[in-house]
Amino acid sequence: MSAVEERSWTGRLRRRAVAALPPEKLLPDKQPSYVASWIYVFGVLSLSALIVIIASGTILALKGPTWWHFTGVGHFFNSIHLWSVELFFFVMVIHLWGKYWMAAWRGGRARVWITGAVTFLVAIPCALTGYVSQQNFDAQWISTQAKDAMNAAGIGAFFNLLNFGQMYSWHVLLLPAAVVGIVIAHILLVRKHGVVPPFVLQDKAAGTPQPAPPPAEPAATAADGERSL
Amino acid sequence: MSRKDRHAYDIATYEHWRGGYRSYDIVKEACIALGVVVALCLLLTILFSSPDEKPSTVQSWARTDPVDFVTTATTELDGSSGTGGYGPPYNHASDGQHIAFIYLAKWLGVSHPVDTSQDFVLAPLRAVTGQPALQAAVDTYRSAPSKQQAAWTTAYEKGLGNAKANPDGSISVPTGGYGPLPVMMGALLSFAQSGGLDGALLTSKQFYQTDYTKPLLFMADGGVLSNRAHAEHLLGTQWGIMNETGSYPGQVWLWLYTFWYQIKPFSSSSNADILVMAIMGVLSLGLILIPFIPGVRDLPRWIPIYRLIWREHYRSPA
Repeated sequence: MSAVEERSWTGRLRRRAVAALPPEKLLPDKQPSYVASWIYVFGVLSLSALIVIIASGTILALKGPTWWHFTGVGHFFNSIHLWSVELFFFVMVIHLWGKYWMAAWRGGRARVWITGAVTFLVAIPCALTGYVSQQNFDAQWISTQAKDAMNAAGIGAFFNLLNFGQMYSWHVLLLPAAVVGIVIAHILLVRKHGVVPPFVLQDKAAGTPQPAPPPAEPAATAADGERSL
Repeated sequence: MSRKDRHAYDIATYEHWRGGYRSYDIVKEACIALGVVVALCLLLTILFSSPDEKPSTVQSWARTDPVDFVTTATTELDGSSGTGGYGPPYNHASDGQHIAFIYLAKWLGVSHPVDTSQDFVLAPLRAVTGQPALQAAVDTYRSAPSKQQAAWTTAYEKGLGNAKANPDGSISVPTGGYGPLPVMMGALLSFAQSGGLDGALLTSKQFYQTDYTKPLLFMADGGVLSNRAHAEHLLGTQWGIMNETGSYPGQVWLWLYTFWYQIKPFSSSSNADILVMAIMGVLSLGLILIPFIPGVRDLPRWIPIYRLIWREHYRSPA
């Protein structure tokens, strides 16, 4: 490596990226044997539902608001968009609960948990802006009801649920961009840190084998949160 | 094992995994998952479609329930409607909701000014041309002292309690001292029934419109939306906005947010919205920060659901 490559910003960024996420971590073809449960499926299902949401939403955006009310094909894609959102939240909540009971933030993975939780929280206003952008009775009722909470919290001053133009912008660009950005960060962190290992068992008396002995020299000594942030 | 030791163990177990590995095709898994989700979405769409109830309009409201429309318009005129007394971000009629000394709505001010008397009644009536009697009635109302205006609107609102809708779409109100209001409200009702008020409420400084704040506030002050919502089980006391029309799941992820509105003191508090938002804000922050909250972060270790998740691992030798 030349001295120029050594010092260049591009070279430094590449080296850091490859060090953090070498190809075998980014696209793994093997996993520790403990990664064997149906609960692991719900992460990739959440991602798949998000892809369907984005794809169906893109088609709806391409054709415009009138299309989904007055054509059969438009209503069909609107229905796909709705059900992909319902599935997204359904599988994401199972994924979240699963990761909670696995305490998946252990071992320096707090940022993985945080990005996952923030994804869930940002997805909620993303869905809400979708509901109030429908231009039907649901949109009228939900927007006029939800405005009070927004106004009471001061959010209504710059986030007006009764303004279709503003809500549509938030729904098709700003909030989806936030969700996708956080999800990408979440996935990269998952790949970087790997799948959290099982708890170490304390009840040897019960005859349950230990999963793996701790190393002679622990890799870290700080508390979870202190190390991971 | 101390917390520190557990942390070191968690890191080392993955980094220096001594157990076996299983083959894993991440691309294949993603493709299969995507296929499953697409199939499920298609199946749900074919089986259940999606709700799309037509929106209400001021025109349909004025035609189907003219008494409610005129009653609401009168409260808009004297400022006694929900929007008229709302406060920020629409007007200065009140301080808005608060928690103790925290007045977030008031501090952020009136960002979407709405003068219900002017915007919902007087300005639309001024836009009606070719009716000198109407304009004279508006002049009479505007030039009257506020005490006189209040006397007219109060009497008219009382009279509207016994009003009846006529087959031709007009309303009959018992005789009373209403001043110019019967002329004004009769004209506003006709204007609304013709569809003109829908457009007038959207009028701003430009041709293109996307802001429905005024017509939605006007309709929300009356019964046109809430009556439909009641029939569809969408009222706040019926778990409100987490539902949607028809038998669809709606925004079920809002269950916890909606739950607080069902119980005291929130169900009867005039500051319910800010209180619920504060609670949900704290809980949301708690969700994000679970890894740092003692007790909450330890529950998964104390309640061994993990033995079920990793049962194969615990069954096998190390």
